[in-house]
Amino acid sequence: MSTTTMSTEQTGAGTASTTGPARTGPTTGTATDGTAAGPVTPTLLRLATAGSVDDGKSTLIGRLLHDTKSVLADQLAAVEDASRRRGWTGELADLALLTDGLRAEREQGITIDVAYRYFATAERSYVLADTPGHVQYTRNTVTGASTADVVVVLVDARNGVVEQTRRHLAVAALLRVPHVVVALNKIDLVEDPQRVHEQVAADLADVARALSGAVPPVVPLSALRGDNVVHASEETPWYAGPTLLALLESLPPARDLQHDGFRMPVQLVIRPQHGARDATHVDYRGYAGLITSGTVEVGDRVTIAGSGRATTVAGIDLDRSGVQRAEAGLSVTLRLSEDVDVSRGDLLAAGDVPSPSDSFSAVLCWLSERPLRAGSRVLIKHGTRTVQARVTAVRDRLDISTLEHEPADQAELNDLVRVDLDLAQALPVEAYLTSRTGGAFIVIDPQDATTLAAGMVDDPERP
Amino acid sequence: MTTPVQDPHAVDTARRHPDLLDALESEALHIIREVVGELERPVMLFSGGKDSVVMLHLAAKALWPAPVPFPVLHVDTGHNFPEVLQFRDAAVEHYGVQLYVASVQDYLDDGRLQERSDGTRNPLQTLPLLDAIEEHRFDAVFGGGRRDEDKARAKERIVSLRNSFGHWDPKNQRPELWDLYNTRRRPGEHVRVFPLSNWTELDVWRYIAREGIALPTLYYAHEREVVERDGMLLSPGDWVHLGEGEESSVRTVRYRTVGDMSCTGAVASTACDVEAVIAEVAATTVTERGATRADDRLSEAAMEDRKKEGYF
Ligand SMILES: Nc1nc2c(ncn2[C@@H]2O[C@H](COP(=O)(O)OP(=O)(O)OP(=O)(O)O)[C@@H](O)[C@H]2O)c(=O)[nH]1
Ligand SMILES: [Mg+2]
Repeated sequence: MSTTTMSTEQTGAGTASTTGPARTGPTTGTATDGTAAGPVTPTLLRLATAGSVDDGKSTLIGRLLHDTKSVLADQLAAVEDASRRRGWTGELADLALLTDGLRAEREQGITIDVAYRYFATAERSYVLADTPGHVQYTRNTVTGASTADVVVVLVDARNGVVEQTRRHLAVAALLRVPHVVVALNKIDLVEDPQRVHEQVAADLADVARALSGAVPPVVPLSALRGDNVVHASEETPWYAGPTLLALLESLPPARDLQHDGFRMPVQLVIRPQHGARDATHVDYRGYAGLITSGTVEVGDRVTIAGSGRATTVAGIDLDRSGVQRAEAGLSVTLRLSEDVDVSRGDLLAAGDVPSPSDSFSAVLCWLSERPLRAGSRVLIKHGTRTVQARVTAVRDRLDISTLEHEPADQAELNDLVRVDLDLAQALPVEAYLTSRTGGAFIVIDPQDATTLAAGMVDDPERP
Repeated sequence: MTTPVQDPHAVDTARRHPDLLDALESEALHIIREVVGELERPVMLFSGGKDSVVMLHLAAKALWPAPVPFPVLHVDTGHNFPEVLQFRDAAVEHYGVQLYVASVQDYLDDGRLQERSDGTRNPLQTLPLLDAIEEHRFDAVFGGGRRDEDKARAKERIVSLRNSFGHWDPKNQRPELWDLYNTRRRPGEHVRVFPLSNWTELDVWRYIAREGIALPTLYYAHEREVVERDGMLLSPGDWVHLGEGEESSVRTVRYRTVGDMSCTGAVASTACDVEAVIAEVAATTVTERGATRADDRLSEAAMEDRKKEGYF
């Protein structure tokens, strides 16, 4: 991929006009003490549901929205109306319809693809991704979980831990989702919910051990009636733990699973040249990207992973003014003091700079109906670079029922497999275990351009 | 007037931990930059409405101090609020971008489209949009759609594939993993890109306040002659005629969305500045579309059906 030069083929007015839209009100930007002015907005928590079909994921999301008074009057009226037309006789409405918004979903009473909903409390803002339980749509569950800070795995109290529960717990563990919470749903339908709660907690401890992860907390609840979702239930005197919402509110902000070395994949080289709207920017050259880990400060030495050349950060442009320092999660433009060869696809790094590798092992979450076989040619997108690759070997797959690795020579839809990859061009990959961004990649079909798999680097330097 | 993005060389001191608006802004800049980096011929839909104004502001920020390197496209229903059209033209000049207009009126004039019996032209925008995409061979179309607007939009990917007919297949979307967007497509296909996917109406307003972004004046309370129809306040004129027994009156109102003037309603409001609007939106009991769009009340899946055909 070549250096992107901002073109100058603009035909509109070249300079800022005096008749353009006027600004309204005072500018409340970054104040001089470096803190953002204006009302403080809460931070973001991204939640995704998971679990087997009909466990009540959509109903739970609907209940969470309803009981936090996040459903507006016209939405509720529309959902009540749609529920009635579908023969709903229960109280309130079928709250699953708040997220099951597609015609086909409503006809079949299932979730097909992720729906995103939003609500905020005084503590934080939530992005809720309600995902499908059907095995057929697992790729959509992986979509929701890949960006989640917390996955809420539902378990139907009548069925306990089933294969899809284990699959989703395995996916959450592989993706290294920071928090996992289990919602033991439909406790209104079992005789002895306390005993079920104990049994499920014990089974989950076994799963956690097999996946070498932490044992998730289990909240007994009824999404249908609202027990222990937002309001504590009187039906569960034996349960002393928090409601689901209280638990979510108390989760520490996405426990950082990243090392703190500075990383920024370069998205664009910004070089206005004669297209600059302000003559002082004719010689401007900046490198735009999202800081994926660590922090960067003016004066820091950074290295272009790949060439290994080092340079100094001369300026950080962000917001309306430059800043001295910027941290992970921010989109910035860096100016560098030496004239170095940097283009889209390069990685700027500091600290323990990853060395480029053209042969590594990885875990794939195979999301295509076409099976993967050794020898397949694919494309890999890592950071801002896409390269050709070949799967040289499929080593083993995770057996979902035993959670053991078993030998395999191909991957089918929804399989979790370990593979070896050879690349046409080396990439500065890192182990997913040390960096969720430096170790993540997607696999793309070079022919039809579909996304085939989510990939996580296992060993960046396969011998 | 001040430029939307000031000189970054005026170095500020450290910044505190990124807050919600920083996170949403950074996500949007990242999306816009990926598309500019990977696609040949992007275009941004621009109507002069608040979401498209915020999106264009973000594009300018994403590429600063280089100019926005792609054109903007207005799919014009012909049923415009005059002040919004004026604002559109001033904004286009301000940002120095090229404006394309796909005109529904042209299609009606030469018979490629027929006026609907209910008079609304929002659904008629699809054909001129798809024709413009084909004519200019656009491979990426930025839209200001937000997932919180509608239950079909809630299902949309950030980078969302359209087949060679411009159609969306909600049952067969690509997985979208981490923030690694797959912008590849086969010949004839294009992607729709929604940088504001995760923003709510309230986030948009808070961001407008934070950035000091100018909007068409009708987003703030003003006096206007309106007629109440099906619980909506419509502005009588060329496209809204008073019916039998209907009476108009002057009320203090503002618009929460702008669209086809014949079916976009105003809301009673005294919020005349951005802070007052934020307070009003934070306390609202009705959604943006529910309050203002007659056409979305057509059927349960009105938006889904339009989107499948290629609507934005
Ligand atoms: N009795 C009882 N029924 C429930 C409860 N929660 C959900 N249900 C019912 O279980 C059925 C499935 O609920 P959904 O919310 O659609 O399940 P889901 O997990 O979203 O299903 P998919 O998305 O298709 O995998 C519906 O009939 C719900 O009304 C509960 O707590 N108690
Ligand atoms: Mg569901």
